[in-house]
Amino acid sequence: MKKRSMSPASRSAFINYGIVIVAYVVIQILLGQGALSNTLQSLLVPVCCYIVMAVSLNLTVGVLGELSLGHAGFMSLGAFSGIIVSFALQDVITLAPLRLVIAIVVGAIIGGIGGVLIGVPVLRLRGDYLAIVTLAFGEIIKNVIMVLYVGLDEEGLHFATSQSNLKMAYEGVAIIKGPMGAVGVTRLATFTAGFILVLVTLIIVQNLVNSRSGRAILALRDNRIAAESVGISVTKYKLMAFVTSAALAGAAGALFGLNYSSTMATRFDFNTSILILVFVVLGGLGSIRGSMIAAALLYILPEMLRSFAISEYRMLIYAIILILVMLFTNNPKLKELIAKIVPKGKKKGGEVNG
Amino acid sequence: MTFLSHLITGLSLGSIYAIIALGYTMVYGIAKMLNFAHGDVIMVGAYICFFAVTGFALPPLVGILLAIILCTILGIVIERLAYKPLRQAASLTVLITAIGVSYFLQNSAQILWSASPKSFPTNFFNIGESKGITLFDGGLTISYVAIVTILLCLVIMAALTFFTGQTKLGKAMRACSENKNASQLMGINVNSTISMTFAIGSALAAVAGVLMCSAYPTLMPTTGALPGIKAFTAAVFGGIGSIPGAFIGGILLGLIETFTKAYITTNLSDAVVFAVLIIVLLVKPAGLLGKYVPEKV
Repeated sequence: MKKRSMSPASRSAFINYGIVIVAYVVIQILLGQGALSNTLQSLLVPVCCYIVMAVSLNLTVGVLGELSLGHAGFMSLGAFSGIIVSFALQDVITLAPLRLVIAIVVGAIIGGIGGVLIGVPVLRLRGDYLAIVTLAFGEIIKNVIMVLYVGLDEEGLHFATSQSNLKMAYEGVAIIKGPMGAVGVTRLATFTAGFILVLVTLIIVQNLVNSRSGRAILALRDNRIAAESVGISVTKYKLMAFVTSAALAGAAGALFGLNYSSTMATRFDFNTSILILVFVVLGGLGSIRGSMIAAALLYILPEMLRSFAISEYRMLIYAIILILVMLFTNNPKLKELIAKIVPKGKKKGGEVNG
Repeated sequence: MTFLSHLITGLSLGSIYAIIALGYTMVYGIAKMLNFAHGDVIMVGAYICFFAVTGFALPPLVGILLAIILCTILGIVIERLAYKPLRQAASLTVLITAIGVSYFLQNSAQILWSASPKSFPTNFFNIGESKGITLFDGGLTISYVAIVTILLCLVIMAALTFFTGQTKLGKAMRACSENKNASQLMGINVNSTISMTFAIGSALAAVAGVLMCSAYPTLMPTTGALPGIKAFTAAVFGGIGSIPGAFIGGILLGLIETFTKAYITTNLSDAVVFAVLIIVLLVKPAGLLGKYVPEKV
């Protein structure tokens, strides 16, 4: 007889799918009734992108245990390659959703290639050194895209470092114009696409984490030397997690890029990487549900605060809350203080599967 | 001649990076944390000096001293309030807190002093009307700012080497960075030693802020962010935790950046700097002068 009951890990995974699907249905109903303001509606796709970013970064930081400060670099790769692909294919494939899917897939592939390029040499560095290299990588991507010009005419795509060097035919169109970024992008992204991307991300990440490979990755995080000595290949599993994370970030980037009519490279700078890292840490390292919820709440809250009178102090409040949350959740004395005031019924959620 | 002038620009830029990196590396060495708020202390120092000199018409030297004193206090306060309670916490937690402090400083500056750029006075180091020494019949001008920056950097680096190597407090600092528990058993007050390190780091940041803004006179709440990251890169480049390493890393970074801008490409200079960093780390994973510590099983 097979066991009927689910393991806690897969139960938790199904709860996550459930949360996403319910959230999607509720938002669709609200949209149908016109209950969402324009501001909120415009946030739907970016929120999906940031959820994917947070979940994928959690794979690197929480599950693999390596600090990455350049996650926005992969998003940038995905965004610009997605924009180029969707532009280049707009006469060939007229069906917008199909073009969006192709753009996202290409974004994921390019992000993944970036992940391999940066991952193979640097994953042998440890801790803070790895962090600084990922930071450097993000800055390099930003810098390179800021001088990149891409144009399209009958002959195909042209790449150059200045507008005049593009050497296009007369009717050619420049897609990416250096510091101005991508302009005149057809906005293909939809909330449904975002929802599907979140769901696909969850399926990939949760299945990876709960698989044999995932357990190998966790073993590497918890004790690298012990894991190595039982025959787990460090490079293989580290790279697996890192590249998956980068590819998902690329996919999210493609969706993000196709949600705006213009996108600049500076949008994906160090601060964006940090923003996503904050989502992951506040949501709880290794907790996928935590990342999802933190990304959604923390992305929407500052935007909502814009409309109030205190909008000037919005980022200041954000900073103070960030520091206080870190202090209150990690200082033993302050923790005791909270425990006295708020009696806790239950211990906090699981380590990885949450 | 242009080569010489680029060399001097590079050296003075590198000296600024080196002064910031020295602060970074000392704090990292002892607290084992990436203090991302360090760059913003630079900005605060520059603002204090700016308002002291333009707002209250104080002499430049007083302005600089005021900036150093207030930044030192700021550094100690930040350490006490934000980092000290997290001494036992995971390094990622401290990192996020440092980022929070960085946001806090930037946004406070924006609210207090507005986001619009201020132009920092550039005449601090002028002698009379002259901005610098002219050599070779006007073929080469070395500004006094550059001279002061380079000399000051050398002095600071020598002083810090002496301080950590010879004095009792400096030795305590090194002991703490190796093993906090053992140093406590030897009667070293770990908390005050760490506070001291933050104080020195922040004072250096203030100096760097004034020097930087004298050479590149745009002052904004985000002025410190990029130099902060670059100085951090410099510290890693030279081997984080090592004082001569931070100095060499800073100078090299400044030279690479200036020469890339002058001879290769203006727009990609940052990319080149970071690419060199990655290559150096691949060849020497602990930086140029860092000690590679093999893991014990």
